[in-house]
Amino acid sequence: MTATSAPNIDTNLLAILETVSDPEIPVLTVVDLGVIRSAVQKEETVFIELTPTYSGCPAMDVISDDLTAAFKAQGLETKIELILDPAWNTDWISEKGRDQMQAYGIAPPLDETSDKQVLLGNARMVGCTNCGSTNTQLVSQFGSTACKALFKCEDCLEPFDYFKCLR
Amino acid sequence: MIQNKDLIQYILGISDNAMILGQRLGELCGHGPNLETDIALTNISLDLFGQTRSYLQYAAKLKDDGSTEDDMAYLRKEHEYKNVLLVEQPNTDFAYVIVRQFLFDVYHLLFLEQLSESKDQQLSAIATKSIKEVKYHVRFSGDWVKRLGDGTKESHNRIQAAIDILYPYTNEFFEASEVEKLAMSSEIGVNVQDLKTEYLKLVTQLLTEATLTFPEQVYFLSGGKQGKHTEYMGFILADFQYMQRTYPNMSW
Ligand SMILES: [Zn+2]
Repeated sequence: MTATSAPNIDTNLLAILETVSDPEIPVLTVVDLGVIRSAVQKEETVFIELTPTYSGCPAMDVISDDLTAAFKAQGLETKIELILDPAWNTDWISEKGRDQMQAYGIAPPLDETSDKQVLLGNARMVGCTNCGSTNTQLVSQFGSTACKALFKCEDCLEPFDYFKCLR
Repeated sequence: MIQNKDLIQYILGISDNAMILGQRLGELCGHGPNLETDIALTNISLDLFGQTRSYLQYAAKLKDDGSTEDDMAYLRKEHEYKNVLLVEQPNTDFAYVIVRQFLFDVYHLLFLEQLSESKDQQLSAIATKSIKEVKYHVRFSGDWVKRLGDGTKESHNRIQAAIDILYPYTNEFFEASEVEKLAMSSEIGVNVQDLKTEYLKLVTQLLTEATLTFPEQVYFLSGGKQGKHTEYMGFILADFQYMQRTYPNMSW
């Protein structure tokens, strides 16, 4: 079972949070990525709980800086805490986020069972981000970043990234 | 109850395994046998350094004397690093890299599964997070053990040679140090002795599938947990600590 608790985000902060995106997937806001677990304003300070996608994800430091800058531009201070529990999982990526990833050229994660099959090279289920064909094959379990695997399409021959399922 | 100073030592033992193996894999950046493998090995290195940061941030917080994660990582002396000897063994060739990784990954996953049940909430959270990553590591290294073992005569012989050399370092995983015993008795730490049966079962299973075997006569080597390292450790640290020693307090 995976914790699916919705994050606790003050609605008035949402618009500012949505101006910050993952530096490695610029179309995806930190809200759609699901890494903001809470954002609460107390007087002039915004308290944010941020959770990393992968332990070593270098994007986290950049995201923290970008959040601080975004709120500073609105005259607000930020206190950011990095939390590990509950651990981030790919179910926290929003539907909108998944669509944006696909359009950007990164196939969004499949469910856990299918994910295992495609990463072992036993099944062809990942949709090509170029032509939509599922006649696609694993090239490498590790892609350009820790969260992605490298695939290629056997129909249009395009290589593309697949965002691995993390549960 | 375990004292803070012992808990810190316990955490360092865990994080030094991840950190030193991460450093060894980092040395391969740009030197992998092909692009995909190069990227995979450095991605695994990145995961291990990420886990190291979580542990060291926690250890620095417990220490509560103004120490930072960087001080803990870079400013200790050789005998103060408590990693097992296996992870400091050199990148002799690709077979060694894969065997070292596989022998560690299987242990690492079993260890983290137990650590995720720790009474210490932060250690449990770090373990739970790391398990997700280490599952990918063991899949990668296990896959390569099979490919090389059941590959050509040359690849088979070379990976068998790596197993013969590296297997003697594995028993150290299961020899509980004093601090591991303390952590275990306070229900914070893992009972490493208990992992041995399952470990040997899993490794044997995969080696058999890969047409490989354990060496018959084995003299097991250990000492890393007590800070007694092999000749390679000093060279790793010379490289690893260079920037902090040369430019104290530097940051990116
Ligand atoms: Zn295609």
